[in-house]
Amino acid sequence: MKQPSLAHVLQPKWRTALQRLREERASGGTGKLVILAIVGGLFWAGVFGVLYKILKSLRAVEELGPLIPGKILGLILLSFISILVLSNVITALSSFFLAKDLDLLVSAPVDWLRLYLAKLGETLLHSSWMVALMAVPILAAYGVVFKGGVLFALYAIIAIVPMLILPAVLGSAVTLVLVNIFPARRTRDLLSIIALGAAGGVILLFRVIRPEQLARPEGFRNLLDFVILLRGPTSPFLPSEWASQAIMGFLRHELDPFPLVLLWTTAAAFVTLGAVLHRALYAQGFTKAQEGAERFIRGGWWRWTVGSLLGWLPVAKREFVLKDIKLFFRDTTQWSQLILLAVLIVVYLFNIQALPLHRGEPVGFFYVNLVSFLNLGLAGFVLASIAARFIFPAVSLEGRQMWLLRSSPLDLRALLWSKYWVGTVPLLVLGLILTGLTNALLEVTPFMMIMSLATMTGLTLAISALALTFGTLYPQFETENAAQIPTSFGGLVFMMATIALLAGVIVSLWQAVYQYVRAVYEGRPVVIDAWMFLWFGVAAALCTAATIVPLRMARRKMETFEF
Amino acid sequence: MIRLENLTKLYGSFVAVDDISLHVPRGVLYGCLGPNGAGKTTTLRMIAGILRPTQGRVLLGGDDVHINPLSAKMRLGFIPDRPFVYDKLTGAEFLRFVAGLYGQEGDSVERRIAELLEVFELTSWKDELVEAYSHGMRQKLIISSALIHRPECIVVDEPMVGLDPKAARLLKDIFRQFVERGGTVLMSTHTLEVAEAMCDQIAIVQHGKIVAAGTVSDVRRQHQAGDASLEELFLKLTGGAQVRELVEVLGR
Repeated sequence: MKQPSLAHVLQPKWRTALQRLREERASGGTGKLVILAIVGGLFWAGVFGVLYKILKSLRAVEELGPLIPGKILGLILLSFISILVLSNVITALSSFFLAKDLDLLVSAPVDWLRLYLAKLGETLLHSSWMVALMAVPILAAYGVVFKGGVLFALYAIIAIVPMLILPAVLGSAVTLVLVNIFPARRTRDLLSIIALGAAGGVILLFRVIRPEQLARPEGFRNLLDFVILLRGPTSPFLPSEWASQAIMGFLRHELDPFPLVLLWTTAAAFVTLGAVLHRALYAQGFTKAQEGAERFIRGGWWRWTVGSLLGWLPVAKREFVLKDIKLFFRDTTQWSQLILLAVLIVVYLFNIQALPLHRGEPVGFFYVNLVSFLNLGLAGFVLASIAARFIFPAVSLEGRQMWLLRSSPLDLRALLWSKYWVGTVPLLVLGLILTGLTNALLEVTPFMMIMSLATMTGLTLAISALALTFGTLYPQFETENAAQIPTSFGGLVFMMATIALLAGVIVSLWQAVYQYVRAVYEGRPVVIDAWMFLWFGVAAALCTAATIVPLRMARRKMETFEF
Repeated sequence: MIRLENLTKLYGSFVAVDDISLHVPRGVLYGCLGPNGAGKTTTLRMIAGILRPTQGRVLLGGDDVHINPLSAKMRLGFIPDRPFVYDKLTGAEFLRFVAGLYGQEGDSVERRIAELLEVFELTSWKDELVEAYSHGMRQKLIISSALIHRPECIVVDEPMVGLDPKAARLLKDIFRQFVERGGTVLMSTHTLEVAEAMCDQIAIVQHGKIVAAGTVSDVRRQHQAGDASLEELFLKLTGGAQVRELVEVLGR
């Protein structure tokens, strides 16, 4: 029998994508496209600008020439590849084992190789598009600073593509093996292992590379030691290093085909080995994944703990909160994102701890306060990304069950209330821990500590409200995977609104904080006067408005939902 | 009692439901028949308060569903055609959750859950996640959830789809007893035997309009159909010529 082409197997996917685009355009999506293009362009320009400046100044250091830029590129690509392996493992679980089109594909006379390549392509695309987009301004900055010319763009693509293929194959293979080892859809156990592996991997990565060394050249006995560190490969067996060597070779006009050949042959070998493994294990793994889900669930635990704690709530709200918590912890596509969150926090605190700050007074005092203050913005941004992952999809995830909620006498305010607090409470705890720990690491004064914690509380309440509202204004009811909801247009608009709020609050607070820091720096007594109160008031008003107004909008929008 | 007054629903320029008026009194099992795309599901979803009508209103026991939604919905049990429920809740958890939406809790709810699960033979499945349920089991669970708060009216879209013969029979008996005790049932169905056997009155919907309504005998009389079966009557009113063409195509 003649096998269908790979493009034919993938047809439903690309046709759906095209149709979505057409529908967007038909429903006045040109405006959206313009906003997307502007935001994307600004983001790219920002990344490009910062890196361009850094590379330009580094290139001017004569003794080191392109060594540090090469090292930085290696580190960037290494972090890309670690993110890619993790996200491919998680994506492969849905595309190879849980996707809705699998019943059709597996029951059709499509051979194993086409199925493998189709699903591998899907996994690669879903987990790598963001990293690929992020790489564009970075590589462009390298190309411009080192005068790579037009051909560099093509060369960079040739160097980066195999670097995307390798983690996709590896991630899919890891998932395939794990699904085979663990009995019947025990994804919870499976992902616990991935979580442990990921956390261990990140810690190991930082211990091996010690990126903080690069920021402290004075820690080396002499320049030679520093240069030796720079010349040596960060990790000679990793494809990120090969890609970095290939790219830097081209930019230094010392064209060496070896890294490129190594990249492509390894990618080809990996795809072949991945296909062999798929042929041997997929059928068994797929069957296991289809077998009954986790059978008996003792839901009583949640009822006795959270249920008892919420005993004071009206029954409808209590049941709704309980339901949301249970669904979150039983839905692999949702809670597995906690792994990424844990990794993010480890890296965050590690970076703060690695900052070379406490080296002498009084400069230290000024910088400590500056970092602590700017950290508010950064922590706010981290919270916004988390809210985008967990709170933004909350309303979309009710889509298929909305018939039940709309036909029952549940007040929409109760629904919104439950969704808001289920998301806000953990976010607030996390925000306060993140700010408190960072400030403790920085050894800030009690004034800064209290100010930071109060600001973080206001910001968290507002960020949650914005996430829930934009998730309601731009719902994605038909999505298969909760992890894909935040990457929609609504998610982007939410991030933009949050960044605007963060900027407003930070600028307002700076007026008051600057007065405090300056007084302490100059040895004057700190007076909390009307000026400081005014700006604290402005920041508080911004947070309050950004909480109440969006929630009202969300409620009005929800009343117009039709299914 | 369910009353529809000049109910209309437009999707852009497409008229899905066209000025439907209907009164289903207490103690009546009313069937809504019609070909695919006739507007039955849209009508039922407007009654359940899921869709907002473009014009007209829906009254459940005297309460307007869109002006006074909470008290109107307290009277209603809705059973949709597609059994979408939370996959990651167990059957018992789902029923407890639905009871909570109607403000009910405590021992009486637990007893009601046990009773309904027993009736629909789901007791041994009560602690299993819904994702492991078959289509028919999900349908039974949704029917249980619609009955959990003892509604006055039941609106049900294609009740027999996915049910095994035993469960289908059970459902017929439940609906019959429900109306005998003064409840109201409005159901849409394609299964004409079911409609003929169960319904006290029927309405045939075509292109968003009611083209015939009343008891089966009334409809026969109105359309001078003699002693034609409901199937013949239905095909006559909704375009039987197409069916004959289809039979010819398939017979080639």
